[in-house]
Amino acid sequence: MKQIISFLLKNKNFLLYLFLLLLSLTFTIQSHSYHRSKFVNSANSISGGVYGAISNIQDYFKLKSRNQILTEENAHLREKLQGSENQVKIENHPHSRESSLSFYPAKVIKNSYSKTDNIITVKIGEKDSIVPDMGVITSKGIVGIVNHTSTRYSTIISILNSTFQTSAKLKKSNHFGTLKWNGNDPNIVQVTDIQEQAPVAIGDTIETSGRSVIFPEGITIGIVDNKKLDASNNFYQLNVRLVNDMTDLGHVYIIKNNDIEEIKQLENKTHNE
Amino acid sequence: MNRNIFIPAIQFVFLILAQIIIFNATNLFGYINPYPYILVLLLFPFTTNQSVVLLVAFVMGFVMDIFGDSGGIHAAACLTLGYLRPVALRIAFGISYEYNAIKISNTSLYERFVYITILVGIHHLILFSLEVFNIASILYIFKKTLITSIFTILVCILFTILFGSQKK
Repeated sequence: MKQIISFLLKNKNFLLYLFLLLLSLTFTIQSHSYHRSKFVNSANSISGGVYGAISNIQDYFKLKSRNQILTEENAHLREKLQGSENQVKIENHPHSRESSLSFYPAKVIKNSYSKTDNIITVKIGEKDSIVPDMGVITSKGIVGIVNHTSTRYSTIISILNSTFQTSAKLKKSNHFGTLKWNGNDPNIVQVTDIQEQAPVAIGDTIETSGRSVIFPEGITIGIVDNKKLDASNNFYQLNVRLVNDMTDLGHVYIIKNNDIEEIKQLENKTHNE
Repeated sequence: MNRNIFIPAIQFVFLILAQIIIFNATNLFGYINPYPYILVLLLFPFTTNQSVVLLVAFVMGFVMDIFGDSGGIHAAACLTLGYLRPVALRIAFGISYEYNAIKISNTSLYERFVYITILVGIHHLILFSLEVFNIASILYIFKKTLITSIFTILVCILFTILFGSQKK
């Protein structure tokens, strides 16, 4: 007994080191699996407050470019509106009803893009009915998926994150593939598993497929930069240049799918049968 | 005694804020962010109890992880740095450091360089290994460690020269 105690005392620093190392490795491993990093994230009032204060200052230096983006978006929306006004409206049509999507504007207070697993923090939270697994876009294209929420802040898994994955398709032909990022260039993402028969050409637009409930169909992802066939010669591997500048995010939109409960219920029913 | 706690505490707050506000947003050449916040641990009074150093290292890494959404990579890297600090001290300054409390401002530039390089190298290697977390990307890890280390060492030495010399 005495020997055990003296052994513990003698090696107390080493044991302390081992204990704390184990703790930090646990956090690390949790953070590398999607949705598991429960304890360590920047969606809390302290770090959120600090980032909020910093971004308040930085915003003044970016006002010009933010205004530019807003005007561009306004012009784009105006064009769309012009088009739809000319169409005949069908009142009381069984399919015409309120849109199933809601958009919440949010301000980015922290953005990273130089790591392998990048996380974005935004100033919007549970107070504004944000919950995990909502899609995040800008006026130009896709950004990520909500991961954690606190009362006033949320963290977003950026598309520049090794755990991010979503379904993508060619704009012109509906061929599906999987969108991922290999961790190298923050402007280039990878789309794999597109059938070899698909008419892919360099310069084609890639957009979200609408297969998942997170992103609606038709959100732009990027432009095909180069293509090659994978080892089996059956599927394309595409490098896609993002339309969105992920290194300069100001305001984003969070998408809420109002039908998500209904879809989930239906899926659960089908699984249980 | 008061001074012994006061100065590291100021350094702790100042360097962590500087890290979060300035250095985490540097993105030199697209992906290089120097990490001079570990200077807190490098300059922590050399006579401190080793257990205290380990605890401070863990807490500091943990704060960085919360702000960076990085799990526990900074905590693990800082902890190892704190654990191996006495070894690096012995290599850089010789056995004498244990007897007379040396100050970093009194050491030669060469000794300082050796000391900082050893610990920054260890810290960055662990940090980026855990960040990338993929053995297949080992070359990328080494590349990132090497390039980032150069910048961190540079900034650290500049800091010690700027803020260290006048207090005599």
